[in-house]
Amino acid sequence: MKALVWVEHEGGALKDATLSAVSAAAQLGEVHLLVAGQDVGGVAEAAAQIAGVAKVHVADDAAYAHALAENVAPLVVGLMAHHEAFLTPATTTGKNIAPRVAALLDVMQISDILSVEGPDSFTRPIYAGNAIATIRSKDAKKVITVRGTAFAKAERTGGGASIEPVAATAGTGLSSFVGAEIAASERPELTSAKIIVSGGRALKDSETFEQLIFPLADKLGAAVGASRAAVDAGYVPNDYQVGQTGKIVAPEVYVAVGISGAIQHLAGMKDSKTIIAINKDEDAPIFQVADIGLVADLYTAVPELTGKL
Amino acid sequence: MKLLVPVKRVIDYNVKPRVKSDGSGVDLSNVKMSMNPFDEIAVEEAIRLKEQGVASEIVVVSIGVAKAQETLRTALAMGADRAILIETDAEVEPLGVAKLLAKVTAEEQPGLVILGKQAIDDDSNQTGQMLAALLGWAQGTFASKVEVEGDSVAVTREVDGGLETVKLRLPAIVTTDLRLNEPRYASLPNIMKAKSKPLANRKPEEFGVDISPRLETVSVSEPAKRSAGIKVGSVDELVAKLKELGVAA
Repeated sequence: MKALVWVEHEGGALKDATLSAVSAAAQLGEVHLLVAGQDVGGVAEAAAQIAGVAKVHVADDAAYAHALAENVAPLVVGLMAHHEAFLTPATTTGKNIAPRVAALLDVMQISDILSVEGPDSFTRPIYAGNAIATIRSKDAKKVITVRGTAFAKAERTGGGASIEPVAATAGTGLSSFVGAEIAASERPELTSAKIIVSGGRALKDSETFEQLIFPLADKLGAAVGASRAAVDAGYVPNDYQVGQTGKIVAPEVYVAVGISGAIQHLAGMKDSKTIIAINKDEDAPIFQVADIGLVADLYTAVPELTGKL
Repeated sequence: MKLLVPVKRVIDYNVKPRVKSDGSGVDLSNVKMSMNPFDEIAVEEAIRLKEQGVASEIVVVSIGVAKAQETLRTALAMGADRAILIETDAEVEPLGVAKLLAKVTAEEQPGLVILGKQAIDDDSNQTGQMLAALLGWAQGTFASKVEVEGDSVAVTREVDGGLETVKLRLPAIVTTDLRLNEPRYASLPNIMKAKSKPLANRKPEEFGVDISPRLETVSVSEPAKRSAGIKVGSVDELVAKLKELGVAA
């Protein structure tokens, strides 16, 4: 089986999420990559170095500049004449493109896989991670999105894939990119961070969030996350949100501060290796999944903790 | 312009689902069911577009068991004008749903179809994108802002790094993210009024599309349980634990 993996990249750099998708694809067969975008020669070179990759297809055209699904899907469908599986990381880009590709191929997409059980068989979470389904696909071609935290990352070096240009399909003109507001952060990226410090509604406002959560995160070299309540209340931008409808994370250590632990939030972080909870409500559901819990008022406990680290 | 809003009846988001002991699925008997939260946001957005004078009529559609009527009545009580139920006891996958919706779209000719970004039961996040593909329309997924301007719509999307705005040629597909709006509650008079709004009952067979499942669920199991943790009594103890974990120096 030949598996084609969508390479996610930004600003000329290949994103980590791609590496997990490569590992998943390697369990299916020969791994090919697709680098689509504008001026992506450098990304293609980097992609060719990934261990275990046989071939890198490069589609360099202005039509692919912002990975608009309308323009990219026909490109992927063309390549799927020679591949049996298409995999994307389960990022917002992957989730946007993959179902469009699947429908054009008349196959059911398999979302957010946690494991590859066989050539047709996969596990995936349903009901906000409260159940794990094992499913078997009857489709001849597979379209799959891969949960990044469920697969080890392929090595960025050691590979020596050939690079092959792909003729661009014409842009559809259905959609155009207007602009982006990307939140700037010097901290590690949430989905790939080893440590995450997350704050919830109990932080009260954005100033408190900044005063308490950011210094603790910086002491630990951690990324900052938030519950939906904190995001909805405007304490932090929504790309901080961890949960079923935000980002799914699985760091080594997840520190939940002032987060009650609603199932929506747990779905996004309960695969973390060690969960630490600080909450003044000892009955908060977060303590049912926390490895280490501290029942305390975060307004005194967090500054004390930051000071003692 | 007419708006089409597909809605799904799902387990209420406050209910903790229980996996059946025989591993055949999640136990849905005697469990509270509601409209999928993202679909409520889709209905709300459609109503706001109507209130702005952008939309003339809102048609809601649901595919599922007879009880999905209740979900449609909820949408009608919020402010939708009429409803279509495609009644079936079979479970229809996103691809099948998209095919049925493509047929409904061909009949109704809406200018915009607004869907939730995902259903909280199967967590697929596929139907809107698939419908856009089948119709050959543009898609604005994970929308946190929707502005119709003449023959196009500007959609601000929630993407991993922040926000992104795209402009789509109409007709188009939009899928809603949580922050798009705050859905309204239906008032009692509106709930009463909704009972007399038109609700057409259709069958999947009328549409002549293949909705047979492509994925077979082999089994459904509980996620791995986390082992019980410990509680520490003070910040000092927590610092010691962090040092043990190698997180703090």
